[in-house]
Amino acid sequence: MLYNEPSPLEVKILTKRFGLANSESLDTYLATDGYKAFRKAVEMTPEQIIEEVKTSALRGRGGAGFPTGMKWSFVPRTSPKPKYVIINADESEPGTCKDRLLMENDPHQLIEGILIGGRAVDSHKGYIYIRGEYRYLIEAMDRAIAESYSRGYLGKNIQGTGFDFDLYTHTGAGAYECGEETALLDSIEGKRGIPRMKPPFPAVVGAWQSPTLLSNVETFSAIPAIIRDGGAAFAALGPPKNGGTRLVCLSGHINKPGVYELPVGFNLRRMIYEVGGGMRNGKKLKAVVPGGSSCPILKADECDIAMDFDSLTKAKSMLGSGGTVVLDEETCMVKFAQRIMKFYAHESCGWCIPCREGTTWLKKMLDRFHSGGGQKSDIPLIGELSKNMLGRTFCALGDAAAMPTISIVEKFPEDFEAHLNGKPCPYQHSAEMAMA
Amino acid sequence: MTFSPELEAKFAKLLEIYPAGRTRSAIVPMLLYAQDEVEHISAELIEEVARRCQVQPLQVDEVVGYYSMLHRKPLGKCHVQVCTNISCLILGGDELYEHASKALGIGHKEVTADGQFSLEEVECMGACSWAPAVQLNYDFHHHVTPEKLDQLLAEVRKAH
Repeated sequence: MLYNEPSPLEVKILTKRFGLANSESLDTYLATDGYKAFRKAVEMTPEQIIEEVKTSALRGRGGAGFPTGMKWSFVPRTSPKPKYVIINADESEPGTCKDRLLMENDPHQLIEGILIGGRAVDSHKGYIYIRGEYRYLIEAMDRAIAESYSRGYLGKNIQGTGFDFDLYTHTGAGAYECGEETALLDSIEGKRGIPRMKPPFPAVVGAWQSPTLLSNVETFSAIPAIIRDGGAAFAALGPPKNGGTRLVCLSGHINKPGVYELPVGFNLRRMIYEVGGGMRNGKKLKAVVPGGSSCPILKADECDIAMDFDSLTKAKSMLGSGGTVVLDEETCMVKFAQRIMKFYAHESCGWCIPCREGTTWLKKMLDRFHSGGGQKSDIPLIGELSKNMLGRTFCALGDAAAMPTISIVEKFPEDFEAHLNGKPCPYQHSAEMAMA
Repeated sequence: MTFSPELEAKFAKLLEIYPAGRTRSAIVPMLLYAQDEVEHISAELIEEVARRCQVQPLQVDEVVGYYSMLHRKPLGKCHVQVCTNISCLILGGDELYEHASKALGIGHKEVTADGQFSLEEVECMGACSWAPAVQLNYDFHHHVTPEKLDQLLAEVRKAH
């Protein structure tokens, strides 16, 4: 089902079946261009499929934004080892709630994308790694997979094409870290989700020591449209090197929070004021988390920006996973930074010391600061400690904790100063008023 | 240990779907699905899963300590999970958690005396655009207010 009204500004490519009757069924899928792309893909060589994905300028929708076609080309197709396709449905970046909708409303689009990925890298087995909290989606995907087997869209000799593919779901059990691709691989092997040293990259040595194609749910869900209508058409929807649309998860202090499919490069201010219906209760915009909690925060005057990977990088932030959190003038940035750090301290797997110790120390400092026990010298120290985590860990979790913190301390020093000398949080009163 | 036929069927499938010799991969799903039925992860369950996956019990035990949804003690029949991460926080998730704590008379990871409810302050559950969000066992509830939470808890009490 849909949890919010669509916006007239949306460009519906991946979400075009959302809201149709029985959009999750194979019959609805087949009646609305379903499996046209797969039929085309089986007539293409693997090189041609990968070339088409490269042309589409699709970049990984999990957060890193790596060019998908390039990632696919790294898988050694001719390796004598079995090759696996793994779909990352461990959606847990705070602010992000889109993969849920893709699996709930259009599971067959995802399955078709996976089949095309399998065909492109000569893989015959795939696993969808779904976070444990999404039990109803594991059941929904299992139903879609069972329907596909019974109708000959999975299994041996799919639709008489000679192509075999088996697909399964695999449940996680509560761990943000397992959304990191190498930790996910350890997790699917039945271990604690600890990141691996790269290289070798998962494309070469991935699941069970074999070449593995690993991408996010939204990335795979974009593949059918790319193959069906051509990579060039998809690329043309966004700015150069940033093809297509993406599912933006708008949340926070806006009138119409929701998940909306917008072209990559859509202006952030327009997202807030036109798609999201503007700020709640006529309050002023204070800041925006552009793409999930790990992205450096943008101040209100930095929000006239195209939401594509390159523009955000230029603004020293990241497009991330599409989780756009909008904050109004009554948000305490110390409290916000404290909650972000509490999250990363909880989720740090403990493998790399700078991350394990850094997040814990920073959490303690921010706790103390918010309760009025901060000292002036703590303000630069918070930034300093965070900078010492950057680039010193196996995976990006340490960076993900450090980057937003550095940006909050640098961009909102006045919020930190307002908590000095034992003063109570200046925003506490307004928060209580908002709830009353 | 003996399990329901449904769970046995799930276990049988889990031992089949991973590549040959890689039954260790079934550990986490087996533990989580078993926990749903037998309420918590006991030493006996760890031994059982280890035997079925053909690994050492320690290899199962170390996994239990890592994943936050795996519990060594029984939860309440209705596990109330309140998200207080950023999108929920700024729309009252914190106050909602405090409200739940007061209404149930228990704190984080505690169980009510009658075993009916347990409470947990959880990290982002993927409902950010419909915040604040709560999960009762595996069921999502969006746009939850303190009043709506009271109503949900009353419905659970009535059903038991």
